[in-house]
Amino acid sequence: MLRLSLGLVTVFAFSVIIFSTFSFLPGDFATEILGQSATKSAVKALRAELGLDKPPVTRYFDWLGNVFQGDFGSSFSGRSKVQGDQGDRSREVVGLIVPRLKNTLFLTGVAAMLAIPLSLILGISAALYRNSYYDRSATGVSLVTVSSPEFFTAYIFILLLATLFPVFPTISNVDEASTLAERFYRTALPVFTLTLITMGHMMRMTRSAIINILSSEYIEMAKLSGASRYEVIVKHALPNAWAPISQVIAINLAYMLIGSVVVEYVFNYQGIGRLMVGSVYNRDLPVVQACALIFASTYVILNLIADLIGIISNPRLLYPK
Amino acid sequence: MTLNKSKELLLEMKNIHIDGFSDERWHKILKGVDLTLHRGEILGLIGESGAGKSTMGKAAMGYTQPGCKIIKGEINFNGIDLAKLNEFEKRKIWGTKISYVAQSAAASFNPAHRLMEQTISAANRLKINPTDVLKKDAVQLYESLQLPDAENIGDRYPHQVSGGQLQRIMTAMAMSPRPELIIFDEPTTALDVTTQVEVLSAMRSIVDKFNTAAIYITHDLAVVAQMADRIKVLRYGEEVEEAETRDMLSNPKEEYTKSLWSVRSLIKPEETNEDYMLSIKNIDAAYGSSKVLHNVSIDIPKGKTVAIVGESGSGKSTTARVITGLLPQLKGEIIFDGKKLSPKLEQRSKEELRRIQIIFQMPDTAMNPRQTVDEIIGRPIEFYQGIKGKEREAKVIELLKMIELDETFLDRLPSELSGGQKQRICIARALAANPDLIICDEVTSALDQIVQEGILKLLQKLQKELGVTYIFITHDIATVKAISDEIVVMYQGEVVEQGLKSKILNPPYPDYTELLLSSVPEMDPDWLTNLLNKRSS
Repeated sequence: MLRLSLGLVTVFAFSVIIFSTFSFLPGDFATEILGQSATKSAVKALRAELGLDKPPVTRYFDWLGNVFQGDFGSSFSGRSKVQGDQGDRSREVVGLIVPRLKNTLFLTGVAAMLAIPLSLILGISAALYRNSYYDRSATGVSLVTVSSPEFFTAYIFILLLATLFPVFPTISNVDEASTLAERFYRTALPVFTLTLITMGHMMRMTRSAIINILSSEYIEMAKLSGASRYEVIVKHALPNAWAPISQVIAINLAYMLIGSVVVEYVFNYQGIGRLMVGSVYNRDLPVVQACALIFASTYVILNLIADLIGIISNPRLLYPK
Repeated sequence: MTLNKSKELLLEMKNIHIDGFSDERWHKILKGVDLTLHRGEILGLIGESGAGKSTMGKAAMGYTQPGCKIIKGEINFNGIDLAKLNEFEKRKIWGTKISYVAQSAAASFNPAHRLMEQTISAANRLKINPTDVLKKDAVQLYESLQLPDAENIGDRYPHQVSGGQLQRIMTAMAMSPRPELIIFDEPTTALDVTTQVEVLSAMRSIVDKFNTAAIYITHDLAVVAQMADRIKVLRYGEEVEEAETRDMLSNPKEEYTKSLWSVRSLIKPEETNEDYMLSIKNIDAAYGSSKVLHNVSIDIPKGKTVAIVGESGSGKSTTARVITGLLPQLKGEIIFDGKKLSPKLEQRSKEELRRIQIIFQMPDTAMNPRQTVDEIIGRPIEFYQGIKGKEREAKVIELLKMIELDETFLDRLPSELSGGQKQRICIARALAANPDLIICDEVTSALDQIVQEGILKLLQKLQKELGVTYIFITHDIATVKAISDEIVVMYQGEVVEQGLKSKILNPPYPDYTELLLSSVPEMDPDWLTNLLNKRSS
């Protein structure tokens, strides 16, 4: 319960930071839209219409109040550029975000389903055969993938799997009409990229969490009571490793979501990351704020889940003395 | 102990050589030790830390710790040479034919599984009896080990039972597959004396009941005397001597064996002083919301040694923390040399801080591993006395001489010192402040018997020369006899009694003191039997 409320406080603090940061960004939407040559009065009128002339604190609470009702406001862009047109073409932020959020969740979800089991298996087996050639090459390769920036990994994949061996498309454009199979096919490269950039870290941490536990006395005791190698790892080490492992997975899933900003841009995928980049470019505050808030909440939620797993997997916390 | 042990050979280890890898090179841990054990017999293996007794015990299973290897030797168990078996074959023997009871039960149980599951896991692997039969058997074992609520204790997790109970459950776990041999590796070392008695008697009776052979490893001769039929003494990976328990105790052949209980021969005449260095009055203290000290009052006479004894959880270390100001008291006052000390560390003057120093139990963790001896001892000289340069250097060397070391130690790091040397450096660091009162918190309990004796003698010598006052916190009655003038007995955060050594250690006793004193193992193989008879009557 305490964790839950702390999580809420964190999200709230984030919302303040997000809002204030974007309020202090140089330039504003009105000048951006109307161009350099716009008259002062025109700018003023547009600002008034968008509510940009109110003091930041008022704007913040207006915004927050609406967010609580599921209303992230209207996007600035998509408005008519003609003065006097009362903005009937302006789009609701929610309507803008939801389909893209679904796309992003699909992308990261598939990548997570691939990355988590793979890195667990690799990490556990590397711990099992510690200091073997297999272990060394696995940890070595993972270090390379962790250290490469995601756009670099993405371009390598494009070079290998789209240009040299044209197996997958470089552009991952999907729409409502795309079938599931099409989606898998088109998102293959971004999924690979996200998998690779997060897998290394998860695998290494799983390995070290297991190795850490393997040196404890109860593992020696388990060995001396005749437990097999497999039994030692799966029955004795793993149950005690869930807490650290779930923390790392949470961090990496969050990282994946953030990494999708770059990856979606590279592969021109219609996800929330790309939307955010575009909106920042256009000074489209409501959209940027909504995206940032979604990212922040995901991060908090993922960490809460990891904490929860840590509690459930630890009898000391589950059953007090 | 039944005397008619069969003469059927169970285990024969010949010429065991084991090397271990540490500090970038191979060391010899065992240099050709032999061992024989008959069915139903209990062999005691004793020696100081580093003697190789634990390695020998594990080698009896054909197991070596990671980083160690068997160089040569035969381990014949029931006619099979364990040294020649592969992992898979050894696993069939481990836990079922030979089982192992480790020193720290709390660390040796998997925190993620219930106790019953762990108790029967090895027997389950045999697939002879179904799980429910094994569970019933485990409950019976729990009962014969006198565990409370034997029916349900197996449903708990390791953190939900006490250390002494865990140690008994581990014995049940070892016994569950009915092995032919159990290795007890210092099973009571981590326990309080009062708990140790219960665990010892439970272990002895169950091993007797099933006529299981055992190797009992310990550094405490008095403990092994209660358990073993024969005793083997190891030192530096070699055998010193081996004899029947009674012979060894009444007539040890080697000097070294005699020295193993030499600390018990150290005796100090008691003296007291009406002039108090420190008086604590009606102290209450708590960690968070749990109160650990209740109305504690102790007087420490000037230039004398007061030993505070009690088992873990009795509040003796907490008392030290209150005196040093690390844990401000809730109530009561501390009078130091006639003046009231403020409860909080931050509010005490530098001079007050200088006059009270503390030496900790673990010299390993009490020193910065990256500082040289010169820095460790020199810093309090500089800090408290403002002495620098050449003069400081001379002072450090003087202190080193005082603790019977010399200037060759100046540039050494703690990792280049032995356990006893480390503790000496900690003593020198405390002396560097030129204190009036030194609190010694279990300073000898991490050390071997012989080293303990050296440290205790040194402390006595320093007291004579410098007139410094000691508060000596310990759970070891032998140490108390050796060093104290006065004794304070604590139990559950309260002072049971305080007085001169002769008064406390002689009848009439309050109940708790009696229990504590009678639980201290004596060098008499019949001690435990007699004690149990006396307690049950």
